[in-house]
Amino acid sequence: VSAVDLGVRLAGMRLPGPVLAAAGCAGTGPELARFLDPSALGAVVTPSVSVAPRAGEGTPRLVEVPGGLVAATGLPGPGVAAFVAEDLPWLRSAGARVVVSIVGSSAGEYAEVAGRVRASAAFGSVVGVELNLAGTGAPGRSVPLAVDPLAAAKVVALVRERLPRDVPVIAKLSAEVTDVVEVARSCVKGGADALTLINSVPAMVIDTRTLRPALAAVAGGLSGSAVLPIAVRAVWVTRAAMLEGRMPSVPIIGVGGVRSGTDALQLLAAGASAVQVGSATFADPRAPLRVHEELATALADKGCASLADVVGIGHRGLERMTC
Amino acid sequence: MADPTPQVRAELIATRRVGGYQHLTFVAPGVAERARPGQFVALATGGEVSAHALQRCLFVHRVSASGTYGGTVDVVLSVQGVGTRWLHALRAHDVVPMAGPLGRALPLPAEPVPCVLVGEGYGTAPLLWLARGLRERGCPLEMVVSTPEAGEPFGLVEARRSSDRVTVSAPAGVPDAVAEAIGRQGAGVVYGSGPAPLLQAVTTAAHAGGAVAQVLLEQPMPCGTGLCQACTVPVSGRDGILRSVRACVEGPAFRGDRIRWDRLASAGAAR
Repeated sequence: VSAVDLGVRLAGMRLPGPVLAAAGCAGTGPELARFLDPSALGAVVTPSVSVAPRAGEGTPRLVEVPGGLVAATGLPGPGVAAFVAEDLPWLRSAGARVVVSIVGSSAGEYAEVAGRVRASAAFGSVVGVELNLAGTGAPGRSVPLAVDPLAAAKVVALVRERLPRDVPVIAKLSAEVTDVVEVARSCVKGGADALTLINSVPAMVIDTRTLRPALAAVAGGLSGSAVLPIAVRAVWVTRAAMLEGRMPSVPIIGVGGVRSGTDALQLLAAGASAVQVGSATFADPRAPLRVHEELATALADKGCASLADVVGIGHRGLERMTC
Repeated sequence: MADPTPQVRAELIATRRVGGYQHLTFVAPGVAERARPGQFVALATGGEVSAHALQRCLFVHRVSASGTYGGTVDVVLSVQGVGTRWLHALRAHDVVPMAGPLGRALPLPAEPVPCVLVGEGYGTAPLLWLARGLRERGCPLEMVVSTPEAGEPFGLVEARRSSDRVTVSAPAGVPDAVAEAIGRQGAGVVYGSGPAPLLQAVTTAAHAGGAVAQVLLEQPMPCGTGLCQACTVPVSGRDGILRSVRACVEGPAFRGDRIRWDRLASAGAAR
């Protein structure tokens, strides 16, 4: 598309582009492959893989709202055994670089999934592991791991032990916390090589015909354009903390409401080194590749020689970085 | 990457009211040529500024492979929410992003066996296209058309043209009408398209009459492409194990006796 170098080196990952397909929005590969070549994306983040198969929530699982959607799928999936037997080999054969998203109901389960993925034949296609910390991490706990700095760091540390050094562990954090920097700092101390910001935002819809919750799970997570400003802010404050030396510097992957190249540019300027495209695939399955193409054009228009020229540029020359 | 599913900017060339429904014709080259009865298209509504996050998936009513404008795709809708209202308000030469054809088509019998086609409301639309294909295979055809509202059922005139006999029935009378049609013909296959209660009744009547039910399930499909995991349907496999499958990729055409109707939730995603 242009002469801008969009290649990314991120926590040891070498990716041909900075746009990844986000967890749970890209299927396991074959669905997206009907519309685009998965190997053309920076990477494909898988749906969150658990130890055992998960049936997911009942329906309705998804409701459209202004600027986005509220979803509670309950992370349905076949479990790690079927994942390494079927999904991962398929992605490898398609030439995709794979980031495996992991979810567990205890820190040990996260580590077990990581260990079994590492031991599998198709592990060569895995360029990174992303920890979905939206779960509570233990039966009976009521808050997500992502709001608890110590519990989140423990999961990170256990998974880090199970993987070779050149496969980064990426902690996916939530914006629905008092201080995202505190959780980010704790995860990095626990061994996280990179951070993904943000997960969907807790939300709920009442069906006004029945005056009852619109989702079978009662509440869910808001995704789509509405959450982009929330993601930009979370990336911004985390990057600012790194620039000010309040936490160690690691790469940030921005995600939340990206539908266009200029949406991606916002996250990059706020401090993300790469972006993920999530629910935009529902309205346009080609969205991750289109965002890549639009970003290339936008960077060329601004006279940038490479992606690195814009990463965190929003912070430059500002007296006031924190907000 | 082999043979991707077309995504086109479909131009509306005709829109007209038919009873309580709206019938739209789009120029959609590539989509039209591949589509088969029972498949659907996904339309991204709202325009660029206020784009809705989810697709509106509509069964293909019929296609014409190549006209003056290239291949065209016809769909029929009723206004049920912001997305379908937006589509209803489109005017000729407006453009809508369209992906398709999507989903599993209705299977056609290998032999020219007698068939009964049962449609309620605009669910009849895809069956009228199917009827032509069955006719070309020499299948004797009866249709049962039903409407939840007063007035003439959708597609009655075309139904009369394309089948040997048409029964018009209120929804409550459909099971009896289907049973009679199966009996008259010795039908081997009953095709159903419409709301879930109709499809369940069609499945029961087909089973009682010794026929196979093939139904087109109109489950809300937020993305239409298998990505969002929201259009799940409880299905019993050949092995008898209950599975949750996606209507948009494993369906929307299902054998009626495979669907666990007692567990099928009435879902209300984007309309």
